Amino acid sequence: MRKKMKKNRGQIILHAIFLLMVLVYIIPFVLVISVSLTDENALITDGYRLIPSVFSTNAYKMIFRDSTQLINSYRTTIIFTVVSTALAVLVMGVMAYPMSRPNYRHNRFVSLFVLFTMLFSAGMVPSYLLIVKYLHWDDTMWVYIVPGLVSAYNLIVIRTNYKNLPNEMIEAAKIDGAGELRICFRIVMPLSKPVLASIGFLFLVGKWNNWQTSMLYIRKPELYSLQYMLQRILQEVQYMKQLADMGQLESGAVFPTESFRYAMAVVAAGPVLCVFPFFQKYFAKGMTLGGVKG
Amino acid sequence: MRLKQNIYEKEEILKRKKWAKRRETFSLDMMVLPGMLILFIFNYVPMIWLVIAFKDYNPNLGVFGSPWNGLENFKFFFTSQDAARVIGNTLKYSVTFLILDTICSVGLALMFFNLRSRKALKFYNTVVILPKFLSAVIIAFIVYIILNPSYGLLNQVIVALGGNSINWYTEAEYWPVILTVTHIWQTVGMNCIIQYAALMSLDESLLEAARLDGASKWQETWHVVIPHLIPVIIICTILSIGNLFQGDFGLFYQTPKDVGLLYPTTDVINTYTYRALRNGSFEKSTAVGLFQSIMGCILVIVTNKIVQKNSPENSLF
Repeated sequence: MRKKMKKNRGQIILHAIFLLMVLVYIIPFVLVISVSLTDENALITDGYRLIPSVFSTNAYKMIFRDSTQLINSYRTTIIFTVVSTALAVLVMGVMAYPMSRPNYRHNRFVSLFVLFTMLFSAGMVPSYLLIVKYLHWDDTMWVYIVPGLVSAYNLIVIRTNYKNLPNEMIEAAKIDGAGELRICFRIVMPLSKPVLASIGFLFLVGKWNNWQTSMLYIRKPELYSLQYMLQRILQEVQYMKQLADMGQLESGAVFPTESFRYAMAVVAAGPVLCVFPFFQKYFAKGMTLGGVKG
Repeated sequence: MRLKQNIYEKEEILKRKKWAKRRETFSLDMMVLPGMLILFIFNYVPMIWLVIAFKDYNPNLGVFGSPWNGLENFKFFFTSQDAARVIGNTLKYSVTFLILDTICSVGLALMFFNLRSRKALKFYNTVVILPKFLSAVIIAFIVYIILNPSYGLLNQVIVALGGNSINWYTEAEYWPVILTVTHIWQTVGMNCIIQYAALMSLDESLLEAARLDGASKWQETWHVVIPHLIPVIIICTILSIGNLFQGDFGLFYQTPKDVGLLYPTTDVINTYTYRALRNGSFEKSTAVGLFQSIMGCILVIVTNKIVQKNSPENSLF
């Protein structure tokens, strides 16, 4: 009886700590949404509040009145996110299969080839020179999609998962006359859905949140990624006004600098956060990490 | 006669087997090829341009036409005042992050492990993981909304408590704490997933045996659960040690908003090389990048060697 009480007390303390953490995690989100929905004058007099002191949707109206840049950035971001994620899962999902086969002849070579990219990288400038001077991929979609498609870390995670599948199943399929590619697509990949979904989701989030690529390689505004556009809004008030000026301001209206910023942040970050629950069930299962040893 | 036929048949079978084996190897090769090509082009080919680190680069002459200048570019960096600052900052942050990441993520994973309600676990887990899905830009927005000197939440609290508001974006001394807290806040939820996944594979009977022997909750955690996590902790540590000289560019570039006044405590090697690149000094930027890569490479190999010696089953390669 006493033991049970003690156990329950432990659980209550645990829940209390977690609830405190939840607050620390939720407050910034609430604050961003609240500021985006507050009247600009009220913001200047009252500061940022957790609950809007004067409610206003002006900032959102402003964004959607003239949204050419927003729509362009959305389109660009969605295209490169979806295409590169699909390609990454396909290429890495297939590539990890031979690496997981113990009797693949070139296993050692491939593993070393992959591993080395994790140990040593040429750095920012050499990649920049390759892409700009030789491939001439600046100001194109390619630069968002192809570089970084394959990563050693992801490959290792996927391969470790493939290795844990029962080998008899693959042998049986082979006796039935299935080719390697068929085994990979029909047996191994479907059975590894958790890991592929987790890796795919993380890759997708990484791409969606990409701003460095635009900063280094893109000068055409219609090819700016969403996050890069957002960065410029945060750092250059002038850029923000220029965006909003395209949709004419009503005379006498105050330009909602502060709320506009945060409304943009909500519009840009929202989608990814909404996608996560669909992938969550795969997460704990998919992210088991193992050694790199062949 | 019969014998001969037998030998013939055997040879035939062997031949067929050999062909089947070759065909198999070939199809496996083909499956590896696309990924290998991408790695080759984007991870190996750029190494050619590392020569620029040893050249007096002149865009008109091109990378390969520019004259050699030995180790001048490295000398330039290491004799400048910036070197001590950016290397010092990078290492200070990396080591702090490495230690705190491990402690916090293991702690959080243990808390999740001990939580009995599945529903609550799922909810808490979702909440703490969310910031990891925000871009460095949005993180910078969130830090700004809290630290904004005139409207921010933190200054409102300080003033309400009778203090003076602080202009966070001009005072460098606070930034080590700000960046560390931001980093932990953003990554701990995701980092703990890997530890938690490892805990899921813990054999329940071990815990039961410990309980039967009268172990308390703490003893159980210390002697059964944590040892189970050691291999994962070691692999994660080896991987992050390779990045000691790198640092999270997004965090250090976006969050302090590239404010010059904050450089003494926020400027790391990556932000420094990015600025060098932006100013067009490709050769200096490459030289520093090469230094980072070589140091990272050495660190991983050395750590791996040490791990190999002490507990070979836990080494990375």
